[in-house]
Amino acid sequence: MQGQHLVESTLEVAQAVYDQIVPAGEPWIHEIRQGQYFRIVDMAGNQAADTLFFNAHDYEERYSAQDTIRAQGNIYLTTGTQLMSSQGHVLLTIVADTCGRHDTLGGACATESNMVRYGIETRFMHACRQSFVKAVIDWGRGLEKRDITHNINFFMNGPVTPDGRLTFADGVSGPGKYVEMRAEMDVLALISNCPQLNNPCNAYNPTPLRMLFWEPEG
Amino acid sequence: MAAEDAVLFQDMVQPGATWSHVLKRGSALRITDMAGGANVGAVFYNWDNLTERYNMPDTLKAQHIARLTSGCVLYSDMGRILCSITADTVGWHDPLSGCAPAALVATKYGVARYQEHRNDYYKNAYDGLSVELAKYGLSARDMAAPVNFFSKVVLDDAGDMQFIAGHSQAGAYVELRAEMHVLAILNTCQHPLDPNPKYAPKPVHLSIRQTTPPGPDDPCRLSRPENARGFTLTERYFL
Repeated sequence: MQGQHLVESTLEVAQAVYDQIVPAGEPWIHEIRQGQYFRIVDMAGNQAADTLFFNAHDYEERYSAQDTIRAQGNIYLTTGTQLMSSQGHVLLTIVADTCGRHDTLGGACATESNMVRYGIETRFMHACRQSFVKAVIDWGRGLEKRDITHNINFFMNGPVTPDGRLTFADGVSGPGKYVEMRAEMDVLALISNCPQLNNPCNAYNPTPLRMLFWEPEG
Repeated sequence: MAAEDAVLFQDMVQPGATWSHVLKRGSALRITDMAGGANVGAVFYNWDNLTERYNMPDTLKAQHIARLTSGCVLYSDMGRILCSITADTVGWHDPLSGCAPAALVATKYGVARYQEHRNDYYKNAYDGLSVELAKYGLSARDMAAPVNFFSKVVLDDAGDMQFIAGHSQAGAYVELRAEMHVLAILNTCQHPLDPNPKYAPKPVHLSIRQTTPPGPDDPCRLSRPENARGFTLTERYFL
């Protein structure tokens, strides 16, 4: 597969200062300080991690899918990708990636988009934007539904064809694959461990994610 | 001309400028590239509830597209259709690339201030859209992912993005039919990937007319089963 840049991390799990497992269908919200390393592990494989980032000191500045793909001239995220803010600053840099590429065009599932995509009867199935909204309500501090914009789907495969068609393929991830980022500023991370059962983004079997932090090097 | 086709009003947007209007449900906005090479950055909101707004990923994945043309619709984040693309002589509009902030415009084109250049000062789409949003109680927080009408960005198999120069010709137009009461904000700054080293935004002409509601055989409704459900959910909103 083209576009991927496989790089393993040198950081040891035993040295991590934070280690948390997030079950499928649950949100996770946490601040990450500038210089810290942040790893998301796809524990059982093919599990989408729907991810948003905010400047921890100014939530108006947040991850922008459009600015990120435009800045690197490519729609897929992998090692070396700078995750750009809506104001043109680098929030985090992907420094290791054993999956290969990640989507940022597919957005997060919602009960409303499920009704459009899979049938009006799917209205009551759990969805990422339910988790996002619950997380920002609980977090408070001024975050609202309108701050839930267009996210990264780590471990999800959403190829686009040269004639402008968007497809969703079975994942390129596998058990134990991970993506690791270095925070370039203090950020707030908001993740939904995706509960989608209507398409192959979670291999029809949503599974846990593991979150790890390391302190800055040196 | 049938009564339902009556032109309600016409307008134009100068190069690099911002325009907004609440399109009423059942009206259609035709945007025409007057000189060729125009770009129109656009964001859309449900006027009855401004927290509901155009959603790029929902629009793309419901229709399995990475470009917009006639037969496509613009989805809100609430599973409803804000606008349908009912006519298009351009063939491809870019939903992916977003808008350029002031720093990018200054890097590409330099700075031309009002003090020296009066109303020909250099403008950027991010500030233009942000200022217009503020007039409706919104801000840059509410600007997730603008569409760039009249511009084409293609992707290769590796995912690399390429801006296609000379895509839109003089006289080309796209028509958006409002399926809800829609706050539309348009900006005519250059596309952020336009390689032209000169600051040279282009004007567009606008025409708003009354249309008939989309029937059971409407091409946008029939283009995909997802869109049929999108119309159903939108029509339920007004019951």
